[in-house]
Amino acid sequence: MKILVCITNVPDTTAKITFAESDTKLNKTGIQFIIGPYDDYALARAVELKEQNGGTVTVLNVGEAEGEPQIRKALAIGADDAIRVNAEPTDSYFVASQIAHIAQQNNYDLILMGRESIDFNSGVVHGLVGEMLGIPSFSPVMKLDIEGSTAKFAREIDGGKEYMEAPLPLVFGCQEPIADWKIPNMRGIMTARTKPLQVVEPVAVDDMAINEKYTQPAAKGECKMIPVEDVEKLVTLLRTEAKVL
Amino acid sequence: MINSDFYRIDELLTDEQRLIQQTVREFTDREVKPIMEDYAQRAEFPRHLVRKFGEVGVFGSTLPAEYGGGGSDYISYGLICQEIERGDSGMRSTVSVQSSLVMWPIYQFGSDEQKQKYLPRLATGELLGSFGLTEPDFGSNPAGMKTHFTDEGDYYLLNGSKMWISNSPIADLAVVWARNEQGRVQGLLVERGMEGFTTPEIHNKWSLRTSATGELVFDQVKVPKDNLLPHAMGLTAPLQCLDNARYGISWGAIGAAIDCYETAVRYAGERIQFDKPIGAFQLTQKKLAEMLTEITKAQLLSWRLGVLKNEGRATTAQISMAKRNNVDMALNIAREARQVLGGMGITGEYPIMRHMMNLESVITYEGTHDIHLLILGADITGIPAFK
Repeated sequence: MKILVCITNVPDTTAKITFAESDTKLNKTGIQFIIGPYDDYALARAVELKEQNGGTVTVLNVGEAEGEPQIRKALAIGADDAIRVNAEPTDSYFVASQIAHIAQQNNYDLILMGRESIDFNSGVVHGLVGEMLGIPSFSPVMKLDIEGSTAKFAREIDGGKEYMEAPLPLVFGCQEPIADWKIPNMRGIMTARTKPLQVVEPVAVDDMAINEKYTQPAAKGECKMIPVEDVEKLVTLLRTEAKVL
Repeated sequence: MINSDFYRIDELLTDEQRLIQQTVREFTDREVKPIMEDYAQRAEFPRHLVRKFGEVGVFGSTLPAEYGGGGSDYISYGLICQEIERGDSGMRSTVSVQSSLVMWPIYQFGSDEQKQKYLPRLATGELLGSFGLTEPDFGSNPAGMKTHFTDEGDYYLLNGSKMWISNSPIADLAVVWARNEQGRVQGLLVERGMEGFTTPEIHNKWSLRTSATGELVFDQVKVPKDNLLPHAMGLTAPLQCLDNARYGISWGAIGAAIDCYETAVRYAGERIQFDKPIGAFQLTQKKLAEMLTEITKAQLLSWRLGVLKNEGRATTAQISMAKRNNVDMALNIAREARQVLGGMGITGEYPIMRHMMNLESVITYEGTHDIHLLILGADITGIPAFK
């Protein structure tokens, strides 16, 4: 079984986010980058499936060279090889096009990724990749087993879970508790340096979206305490000040 | 996020070293930190962690992969010690002993058969080892050791005792240093179960409570001849092991200091007195600023020592300086941090007091604070003051 795991290179969840170049870019100074947490779940499950069923795990990152430490970490965790599409991941359509292009050349049985990245959080790349390849995609998948050429999986839906089966190949957007995050071991880290990491140039894709500007969320305001007996005042404030009614 | 890497030492590391540090930090946060207080309060060694340490690969990380090691460099080993000691000095002691004092001498002084037989199983944590040098009457002066063995033809007959031995009550294997019939110090591999070999535990410690400490007692123990380390002759051999362990301790102590510092910074930001966080007061800021300064100096000292160690140029005296300075630094930071936390600092709600009590051992073991001073003194003047 050939598994492709797509990972993002994103700021650590505790990083303090600021912007640069007139609020058009993320200020990367002093920011630690990590594998997207949802992608990390996908990677962990992929490595487990490889251990159970044999096969290979390839890691794919659409990103610049600065993300290579995260790719090496994925190799240290257990992926066999890696591909980096050398481009800034600007929008979901661009990223999905790059993934689809790589997938078309390699016939993967499973394409796993996080349900969403944690920088732009669009959560649409898995769907786009499925559409571009003409194969089904599902998200958010929280349980996944492979029996022969069939995937048995569970997906979170409003008010419960949906249990499904589908023939491979498939695209999945993953989330916990599909697997526990894996910590690489020392030997994995040392062998990762010799595993193949192929850098390829992107295919040309028209920009479908342009990020014009970023802004910080509004600072948390003072908390106003309204006495229980003063419901009318609360409603007025919600209407006139918070403007949520 | 509190920045305890003020001078961006991070940027002096390779991608691999950074990944090793992040990995062990994650491991410590996930597996070590959450359970330390409980085990320390009960004075119990978390035995299950030995296998987990083996899985993540921190035992013998500098040894080649063919013997189960990680093949990493000495800065990586230092970072491993630092990140584990952020959790607890007792856990770092377990890793230090297994890596530097058990696996390293077997690798350095052992036969091929001994390496094949023991190293892979020590690397996975299937076996746990201990190191017997210190004796009840010979601590800072190991040259006076009395433990000895005689050649009985088919075996060696070992007699004597060792004291203050980390891991001894639970270890499967002990690397024991003893005199041969000519009075030269040699190393023997003594396995649990050998007749006449016992390992009484030292109870009621107020320090390193998560680590098991005890004696090694040899009463007419018949040690197979294959268990003699063939390439170690003289006291230099165990002292070389200590150089490696002390090097790791110099990094480890930084981990304990960072944990105390970060705890103090967080607490100073949350604790309100006189209507403002105590971090707003000058005396608290002085404490925090001095802590960060001392941590930064220690980080630079250990990093440079790591570079020298990787180049095979780190001297015993250089290692003494780093061990002595960094452990003292960590102990002072633990005490200052305890003051920042006020009464809460003495409780098990925070790790400060545990680190502080642990460091009281760390400043004494592996060469006392004063002995390291004298090693430096001897290096400066050429005149040893301890002979």
